[in-house]
Amino acid sequence: MIITLVDIALLTFMGATAFAILRLRSLFAVVMLSGVYSLLAASMFVALDAVDVAFTEAAVGAGISTVLMMATLALTGERERPSRHTPYVPLAVVLITGAALIYATFDMPPFGAADAPVNLHVAPRYLNDSFAEVGLPNVVTSVLASYRGYDTLGEVTVIFTAGVAVMLLLGGRKGDDAGIKNEPPEDDTGADDGGSAA
Amino acid sequence: MLQVVLEHYNYWIAILLMMVGFYTVVARGNLVKKLVGLNIFQTSVFLLYISMAKVTGGTAPILDDRFQVYSNPLPHVLILTAIVVGVATTALGLALVVRIRESYGTIEEDELDLMDGET
Repeated sequence: MIITLVDIALLTFMGATAFAILRLRSLFAVVMLSGVYSLLAASMFVALDAVDVAFTEAAVGAGISTVLMMATLALTGERERPSRHTPYVPLAVVLITGAALIYATFDMPPFGAADAPVNLHVAPRYLNDSFAEVGLPNVVTSVLASYRGYDTLGEVTVIFTAGVAVMLLLGGRKGDDAGIKNEPPEDDTGADDGGSAA
Repeated sequence: MLQVVLEHYNYWIAILLMMVGFYTVVARGNLVKKLVGLNIFQTSVFLLYISMAKVTGGTAPILDDRFQVYSNPLPHVLILTAIVVGVATTALGLALVVRIRESYGTIEEDELDLMDGET
């Protein structure tokens, strides 16, 4: 019962935070609230037994993402201008999509059901045999590093690609080898880019 | 009735969050705001997956003689990968925003559209 209450309270807070992010115009507050949102999600994952996921979400979602967004705000400005579009078309699309998805949830197995299809096939084998086969008590680690090690290798490849892309976009713009951003000389290149684009 | 609500509350909130994130991406013009909306959308998908993995009365999937019932570890592994890939795409998106700001002087979609119309 207490677990259910914690569950409902955390989910309600997440919904409130998401609406606040949608409504606010100050981007600084939006980024801070997105950190709060990630932390609430991490707490929610602990309540749902996913401790490894909660650990990663707290470190990566609430930590690194927030730092990256703060760095971006420092370079781009902190106010959002009100949109001149009328929001009716997006609102209609979102409401129809949401209604269709809610309708679909009625076919899903009840929350927490042990006999749900997702819990019947591969997972029992991992839970029963992974200790004998891999020798680690943490099943998530066994699956991540051993059974699905190639997935993790692919994930590392994705991160490497993203890192290379970020370096290509932001590094080496001044034509020298320093990847560090110095603002004053950069304005010249920025103006040149703007001139050639216009 | 209450039974139905409790059995689906996690899924419904996940969908609500998904739609709030979706609306932020589609209807807000500021590019940083769009990326925050994309993050909300991503986290709601994580929540949906982790909710499906929960087994009532289960504990975290760390094997110990004192426990018999564990939650499903497989969605946890998938979402661990997704979180890390998510931050990689966020970093790439933010780098693009910084470049757009340098070249155009704004990150508002309306103004970017106007500038593209002029050239």
